[in-house]
Amino acid sequence: MSFDAAYKKQAFKSVGTRPLRPDGVDKVTGRARYGADFNMPGQLVARVLRSPHAHARIKRIDTARAEAVRGVKAIITAADLPDLTNGDAALFAILDNCMARTKARYDGHAVAAVAAIDEKAAKEALGLIEVDYEVLPHVVDVDAAMQPDAPILDETVFTTGVEPAPKAPSNVANRSEFGHGDIEAGFAQADIIVERSFKTEQAHQGYIEPHACVASCNPDGTADLWVCTQGHFVYRQNCADLLGLEVSKLRVTSSEIGGGFGGKTHVWAEPVALALSRKAGRPVKLVMSREEVFRASGPTSATSIDVKIGARKDGKITAASATLRYTNGPYGDMWAELGAMTSFACYDLENVKTVGFEVLVNRPKVSAYRAPSAPMAAFAVESAIDELAQEIGMDAVELRIQNAASEGTRSSYGPVYGPIGIGPTLEAAKAHPHMSAPLGRNQGRGMACGFWFNFGGQTCTDLNINSDGTVTLAVGTVDVGGSRASLSLIAAEELGIDYQDIKAVIADTATLGYNDMTDGSRGTFSSSMATISAARNAIEVMRKRAALTWDIPLEDVQWKDGHAHAAGTKYGNLAPLSVKDIAAKSGNTGGPIAGHSELVADGAGVSFATHICDVEVDPETGSTRVVRYTVIQDAGKAVHPSYVEGQYQGGAAQGIGWALNEEYVYGDDGRLQNPGFLDYRIPVCSDLPMIDTQILEIPNPNHPYGVRGVGETSIVPPLAAIANAVSNAVGVRMAHIPMSPPRILSALNRKTGS
Amino acid sequence: MRYERPETLMDATALLAEASENAFVLAGGTDLLVRMQSDDFKADLVVDIKSIAGMGEVTETEDAFVIGAAVPCAALGEHEALTAAWPGVVEAANLIGSTQVQGRCTVSGNLCNASPAADSVPALVAANAKVRIAGPGGTREAAVLDIPTGPGKTSLAKGEIIESVILPKPTARSGDAYLRFTPRTEMDIAVVGAGVSLSLDDDGVVKSARVALGAVGPKVMLVEDGARALVGTRLEDAALNALAAACSAGSNPIDDKRGTVEFRKQVAGVLARRAAQTAYTRAGEK
Repeated sequence: MSFDAAYKKQAFKSVGTRPLRPDGVDKVTGRARYGADFNMPGQLVARVLRSPHAHARIKRIDTARAEAVRGVKAIITAADLPDLTNGDAALFAILDNCMARTKARYDGHAVAAVAAIDEKAAKEALGLIEVDYEVLPHVVDVDAAMQPDAPILDETVFTTGVEPAPKAPSNVANRSEFGHGDIEAGFAQADIIVERSFKTEQAHQGYIEPHACVASCNPDGTADLWVCTQGHFVYRQNCADLLGLEVSKLRVTSSEIGGGFGGKTHVWAEPVALALSRKAGRPVKLVMSREEVFRASGPTSATSIDVKIGARKDGKITAASATLRYTNGPYGDMWAELGAMTSFACYDLENVKTVGFEVLVNRPKVSAYRAPSAPMAAFAVESAIDELAQEIGMDAVELRIQNAASEGTRSSYGPVYGPIGIGPTLEAAKAHPHMSAPLGRNQGRGMACGFWFNFGGQTCTDLNINSDGTVTLAVGTVDVGGSRASLSLIAAEELGIDYQDIKAVIADTATLGYNDMTDGSRGTFSSSMATISAARNAIEVMRKRAALTWDIPLEDVQWKDGHAHAAGTKYGNLAPLSVKDIAAKSGNTGGPIAGHSELVADGAGVSFATHICDVEVDPETGSTRVVRYTVIQDAGKAVHPSYVEGQYQGGAAQGIGWALNEEYVYGDDGRLQNPGFLDYRIPVCSDLPMIDTQILEIPNPNHPYGVRGVGETSIVPPLAAIANAVSNAVGVRMAHIPMSPPRILSALNRKTGS
Repeated sequence: MRYERPETLMDATALLAEASENAFVLAGGTDLLVRMQSDDFKADLVVDIKSIAGMGEVTETEDAFVIGAAVPCAALGEHEALTAAWPGVVEAANLIGSTQVQGRCTVSGNLCNASPAADSVPALVAANAKVRIAGPGGTREAAVLDIPTGPGKTSLAKGEIIESVILPKPTARSGDAYLRFTPRTEMDIAVVGAGVSLSLDDDGVVKSARVALGAVGPKVMLVEDGARALVGTRLEDAALNALAAACSAGSNPIDDKRGTVEFRKQVAGVLARRAAQTAYTRAGEK
């Protein structure tokens, strides 16, 4: 049956309530099984040998001595992962990142792996693998990598997106451009122009659970993988492609996940574990250490961004432009492009142009981090907007309200917006008591806006009505942020039954059709749409069963408030049949009752937020404390408001860490100096204030309940909001993230000339 | 790896004297157990000293507090007389790691780990603390200042272990304080640490002072110029500025992942000044 996803206003009974999450008890009692909690009989321990060099040609690897270690069952190198990528550059990048082929491209790049009967044997073997490196010049800084004399990471990379095509290789993989209008004409109309350059350092997603998996390849060509991931169907595809397996023969089960934030959206260790298992003929468990997580998995880009914004004295922005350079790690991707698309998405601009450069450096392969690339672009743009407001002498909120995008605005990256929340979040900020609260000594206030696209994608869901009337909901999007609770609320709403009667599980790849991963803030958006569809299909089945039970025509059976009703009085006021009544008789009315759905969830609905932040800066040490923080964001419809608030707070918390302290520190030798939580400083509880939240609900027209994704936008404004607050507190424009105490003190010294 | 849990100091020192280079003393284990996780770490022998009599006790004598080498830092905070006498030392010991870590870690371990950033060490040096050392040849005493010789290195000879830390009873009208700078509020390591101990005469004039800095050189440093800047003053601005200048000038830090030379030199002065003010207030209240 066709599914109508259009928004229909309705009163809710379950949606919008705040029941306890079904996975909570297991998590707080330690029973929940995370990636490293799976074990198989006879399983081996895997360890990965990693390059100590930032850039080196691998001339020879000799594993003979390591193989002779008692207890070692398999050692693999790139030779055991032959290139099956068939010209697919993105897939090749994943393959080469999993196991270096001709060159080690960053400190920590995997070059070999061992599977042994225990940790001791594996560790001993690692030390006996001989790798003959030819160390090459390296580059880790984004601007240095773009210089003509920079060491070239990949001689086959010629910048795409420029005409004419360059004749020499470079570290710029691609140039992208967005915008409309005529910026030169726009700047000519401006009374005031702000122009400034910004830098942000590389941050890691900082998920508490390291990557972990157990791989088991069987002699009959089938394989199993238990893994901590944001998308087991995507991991299945990646692994099958890289190992030459048939998709149907690889069954992937996702574990509970201790954070992903985009960092668990493509494979690192899993193909290695599968290749080791294939070679050893036994299951292999691979758990990355924290040091490996930092050195070899998922950071976001370091950036260098120039922004120019012009406005008339009355506050009307006449033109805006930005040039964005993003590190990609050793492989070209589209991180700067995402930055270029999101830069000015909050504003209604006649003349706008953004240019993005994807820059290759000897750092780990960049992966997504919560609204990937948008926070850095927002930092630069929103800092410049703040400065512009000061130059004009206008309130920072007023200036943004005056230039905010609204329904019908052509966005800076192309599409024309439907109903959106930027204006309402700004109006809410203006009215918020935080905005007018008095500030203390050495304190400053900042605000900033943020945008994220959101995504829908392929989704497949099963809803089974058990004979006792309880419901099992099988979904294929990994529950990262409480989606089992939200989806149970959705099913309860549709079926008209209690939340407690629904059990949501994450099905493995063998039991459901393909699902895109939990990224793009799509988990609850897309799976709720599929759950509504599946529930409506199940209701159709229940209507038929009621018609059969009553022996009346189907069209005379109506579904209301969780019951089948026989229409009108012509059947003598038959008592309505509940889900439980219908389920109890299902064995005699046609067998099990289920609803299925498969769909592409289109129309995710863009998302906007406005953050307000107060900081206090110690002028003698440059130490910054966030004293008050408020998040205002559009959720479309908050299905489970507590977990929406949790997403708002989580993004702000991560943004605070990134803004103030988190950064990859490289030595002159290109080695990462701080691969651990001691010196890579994510905030601890006592570093954070209570983060206040305000949920706005501007319904998404493309979802039956109006739901929008909420997971990512909350990390977009914080860098800028905090930078604006610090800049206002110290009287110096802070243009380099993180604003660590040495950077702030140094800026203050420059200001006072001491 | 061999694990031994001797019950006498003599047995402990004998075990260590006969051992290879890869022998380690285990008290709280908050440094050792973490290091043991590293691929590069090798231990042949671990000697756990927690079963040796007296190691887990704080003893108050007529003129000193004797802190056994296995006393966890949290226990120092629960010792009322010690906390009243040396609040700066106790607060330094209770800045280490986290609440959980403080339940295990010891000031002797903090000292022997010989990190330039050790929190309790500048406070102990400012307090002019000594250590009693047991070795194959008997026991000896040494100043805390003389134990670390560089990052990870101590002046202890093979077979020697620290038996206890000895804090003299403070004189009347004296006070101490320790401050450190960390980017995070907790679970962090000092980028700069400053310990100040001073005593006043009846008129509130500083009679004597000791100023020690951590994390601004390869080992803890005693800044005598800083102390001289305080003596004979009531911590007027000029004295505090002279103290700060002496501490900045006396610092010999490096640029690393935790901070820059410029930052550390400047903040060393700031923290010394603030610690001196706290110590002065405490001294005046006694």
